[in-house]
Amino acid sequence: MLALQNVGKTYPNGVRALDGFTLTVAPGEIVAIVGGSGCGKSTLLRAVSGLDRSSVGTVTLDGEPITAPHEKIGIVFQEPRLLPWLSVAGNVGFGLEGWPKPERNGRVKAQLDRVGLADKATVWPRELSGGQAQRVAIARAFVTRPEVLLLDEPFSALDAFTRADLQDHLLDVWADQKPTLVIVTHDVDEALVLADRVIVMRARPGRLYEEIAIELDRPRDRQSAAFDFAKRRVLAALDRSLDRRATSDDAETKTSAGAALWW
Amino acid sequence: MSVEAESQAVPSRPAWRRAIGASAGVQRFLVGLAIPLALAAAWEIAVFAGLSDGRLVPPPSRIFAEYAELWGNGDLIRHILVTLVRVAIGFGLGAGAGTLLGALAGYSSLTRRLIDPTLQGLRAVPSMAWIPLFVLWLGIFETSKYALIAVGVFFPVYLGVMGAVLSVDRKIVEVGRAFRLSGFAMIRRILLPAVLPAYVLALRAGLGLGWMFVVAAEYMGASEGVGYLLIEGQQFSKPAEIVAAILTFAVLGKLTDVLIAVIAAPFLRWEDAFGAHQGGA
Repeated sequence: MLALQNVGKTYPNGVRALDGFTLTVAPGEIVAIVGGSGCGKSTLLRAVSGLDRSSVGTVTLDGEPITAPHEKIGIVFQEPRLLPWLSVAGNVGFGLEGWPKPERNGRVKAQLDRVGLADKATVWPRELSGGQAQRVAIARAFVTRPEVLLLDEPFSALDAFTRADLQDHLLDVWADQKPTLVIVTHDVDEALVLADRVIVMRARPGRLYEEIAIELDRPRDRQSAAFDFAKRRVLAALDRSLDRRATSDDAETKTSAGAALWW
Repeated sequence: MSVEAESQAVPSRPAWRRAIGASAGVQRFLVGLAIPLALAAAWEIAVFAGLSDGRLVPPPSRIFAEYAELWGNGDLIRHILVTLVRVAIGFGLGAGAGTLLGALAGYSSLTRRLIDPTLQGLRAVPSMAWIPLFVLWLGIFETSKYALIAVGVFFPVYLGVMGAVLSVDRKIVEVGRAFRLSGFAMIRRILLPAVLPAYVLALRAGLGLGWMFVVAAEYMGASEGVGYLLIEGQQFSKPAEIVAAILTFAVLGKLTDVLIAVIAAPFLRWEDAFGAHQGGA
């Protein structure tokens, strides 16, 4: 279980990026974190990943404090960040250094199959499209079988079709190993397609504003009324987090404007 | 047409051909030769027709004759070997020191603050100004020549390596950190490959300066070496010998540069930059 207890981060310039954030995430749960810009979403993720340390509070995984990158925690960044001097297979296997070669190759191959890039194993990253590169990044993160996988706006640089495709890929791969996923996103639809729980954050200082459980069966139909209803709840919460007047009661009319403007 | 078809098939093309820029083939090579060949032919004809006696500017035939003589009596190869050894030793020393200090200065900011101001200060000294000191300290023979060449090679390599380490993408380093690399593993798996393209460029720049400085070193006093041919040609008023020596330097410089490029090419096939796939070495 991933547990964040009263996590806060104050940058040296005095900015309180995150304040008193408490959250527990069950194994295998998918949590999406949304919020306006500057609400501390990325700060939060970096604290959980161990890449940065929080100023106060603790992050623990199965009771073990996380203060540095941990082998059970993987991360996918907004950009693929593939190593250009390694082939696609080399990138996917990056975290398996020191493994016996047959096992390593087997895992890499299986993971590449899973993201539909088996035929790209030997090419250089420069030859991949943006969506393919991000799929390789996802494969690289999954191949070490982390218990927790953090995704920092992983699909935000992609076009809508590729994004939907990658969300499906992500759910497929997740279904194999059922790691905990914490995904930071700008995209309410993305949060609703993926998450069991949506966390709405509020800025200055960044803190948890509202939790919304999404109790829809997977695979989720983006067109269904239930999906739409959940979306309105999240958008309304976002509007409130940004101090817009819309409340969940009159969300019907106002959130459409809010939906276009909240970020 | 087969040449063009081959240049399309980038992965199958041997790396050495790409490195020396042979991709567009013989055609481009010949285009590049047109002007020097035309000038040489024109001058040859002018001298042959009696428009000039060609004493100070020898026509190609006399340069060839000079080459034939130097080659025939074994002098040319001896001078070339002497010069190559000087450049190799000077380059080895300068590039080794430049790599080590450049990497240290790039990797650790404390080291950088400690050594970089001193080295930048020394860099401001025109390297030829060291000659008298090196001669006093190290004598007039080989050691002072190695030292001068090493100084010439050192600075571009030092600056290139330091700059390359400093400019490694923070985001890529973060990938290394996320996979819990640190210290030596981070250097080997992230930093080293990341700086390699810039390092090869730095070595090539250093080698170019090494060739410049070997001329200076041999010019200041040597009894053999290609640079010595320059002095001899001047003292005995033999411009053909000077031109022959100049051409020899040009060929040696280009060959050793291509050598570095060829050795590095297999390690840099991944490069994705402007020029990396144009066959430009």
